[in-house]
Amino acid sequence: MTDATATAGALERPRHATPDQGGWSWTASLFLAPAILLLAVFLLYPTISTIILSFEKGIDNYVRLFTRDPNFLTLRSFPPSGAFWNNILWVVFYTSGCVLFGLVIAVMAARVRYEALVKAIVFLPQAIAATALGVIWRFMYFPNPSTGALNAGLGVFGIDPIAWLGSPSFVNASLIVAGIWGSVGFATVILSAALKGISTEILEAARVDGARETQIFWRILVPMLSLPISVVAVTLIINVVKLFDLIFVMTRGGPGVSSRTIAFTMYQEALASRNFSYGAAVAVVMLVVLLPVMVFNVRRFRAERVVQ
Amino acid sequence: MTAFEPALKPPPRNIGERLVRMTQKAPIHVALVAIALIWLLPTIGLLITSIRPRNEIQASGWWTVFAGHLDFTISNYQQVLAQGNMLSAFFNSVSIVVPSTILPLILSSMAAFAFAWIRFPGRDLLFLTVIGMLLIPAQMTFIPLSRLVGQMHLGGSFIPIWLVHTAFALPFGIFLLRNFFITLPKDLIEAARIDGAGNVDIFRRIVVPLSVPALASLGIFQFLWTWNDLLMALVFAPRQGQPMTVQITTLLGTYASEWYILAAASFLVMVVPLAVFFSLQRYFVQGLLAGSVK
Repeated sequence: MTDATATAGALERPRHATPDQGGWSWTASLFLAPAILLLAVFLLYPTISTIILSFEKGIDNYVRLFTRDPNFLTLRSFPPSGAFWNNILWVVFYTSGCVLFGLVIAVMAARVRYEALVKAIVFLPQAIAATALGVIWRFMYFPNPSTGALNAGLGVFGIDPIAWLGSPSFVNASLIVAGIWGSVGFATVILSAALKGISTEILEAARVDGARETQIFWRILVPMLSLPISVVAVTLIINVVKLFDLIFVMTRGGPGVSSRTIAFTMYQEALASRNFSYGAAVAVVMLVVLLPVMVFNVRRFRAERVVQ
Repeated sequence: MTAFEPALKPPPRNIGERLVRMTQKAPIHVALVAIALIWLLPTIGLLITSIRPRNEIQASGWWTVFAGHLDFTISNYQQVLAQGNMLSAFFNSVSIVVPSTILPLILSSMAAFAFAWIRFPGRDLLFLTVIGMLLIPAQMTFIPLSRLVGQMHLGGSFIPIWLVHTAFALPFGIFLLRNFFITLPKDLIEAARIDGAGNVDIFRRIVVPLSVPALASLGIFQFLWTWNDLLMALVFAPRQGQPMTVQITTLLGTYASEWYILAAASFLVMVVPLAVFFSLQRYFVQGLLAGSVK
């Protein structure tokens, strides 16, 4: 450390009232070194190395991903298909499904005495491994109606069993439902906490003015909860981009390649098929998709600091 | 008192009034009971299946136990522990999870202390860089790190997965703990400094003891995160040291529709997180809410 910074630190002391005794620079590095070393070796170096690897053949890997690899993305058919498109489906339906169900459950639970119990039950899947969650839903979706509860339920109404996970037209919807089931509790708990912050007078005033409950929900609650909703949505979108376990356990990307996601594709290309450079490009796509989210989180962090 | 309990409504005066209010809320009660069932039944179905004999499972669905098909056994669990290798997988999980929880706790609390209470140039920039690493997906590291592990001949040991889990826990751990540490009373730390305490003493004797709730939340979160992890273990766990999650995916390949095995195996992996959830629910939810950025 230079004298200049040390002096600046000394001058700042009275204003910031965080006085440090001498030797601050080496104790700081003592506390930081192990963490920084691990981050450098296990996060920073591999990230840079993967980016370089992905450009091994110029931008060809990326051109191939988005134009010549129907497993990743094809826009020629309607609806489009491929892992990237599946992730878009996940972002739209899983995120909105979790937020909407989470909000509805939070609003309804707030009106009964056993609120805590309902929230705990819905939250429970958050504790279990995605691996176990995948097994639970493979079991629910099992084609044989004397084992799979959903097809047994259909049988009651005289409907033939559906290959929930075995048919390309059902598989993504089935997986997304399982995903929503697993994550609604997270949305419920956060939105329920935010709900407690809305003053009862606003809602009372709306009721006195004759607003219906649905109007209160859409015109008052949703706008007033827009910040917590966006926080939940961003978290869920991160989940989607990293979505792997559920796919690996429930379908291995199948039938065929119809339920692959970006994260699953990366695993498949880089580790199962050993196409390292191509797999690296998929990983970089994941990082790029996550970048806007990172900006949002850092902004949020700055905003929190202003509040403090 | 919640936002939805009308504030001006007086308490019910008699049973009649109470009944009227209950019927007004009837649709909500019905909907909530349905929701509770939808969220409980799939898990309960698997639990029931795990204690039914194999021939019963193949003959009828788990819901028939509610109609009186009460024939239960624990042999599924015995079989899955022995032949299904779930017992050794359990010990592998423990061997992976314990160091992968303790190491990040130590390293991130040290770094968070530096970010919160030691002044050094470039501190905020470094802190933002560390937080930015939250968004690096594990996939970014697979190829270079697998090569590194191979070059260093560590493929047969737990060291790679310990260090990878630790590194990926650090950005979030540092973020969480630093935000907790800066809320500690400034006077206390200043007083200790005036009394001649060094940073190491302040960290060990003041900051850590006062931060037990935050450390517990982080520890529980990290414990469950690594216990439930599948992806990192697939890539970095040694071939002879596969944890329970990986072992279940192996069983899914071998016993695709043998639910007596799969149900029991899934419950074994769920037991520990559920026990943690029920005994430490408060810390668990706190940790999860704070961890919503991860």
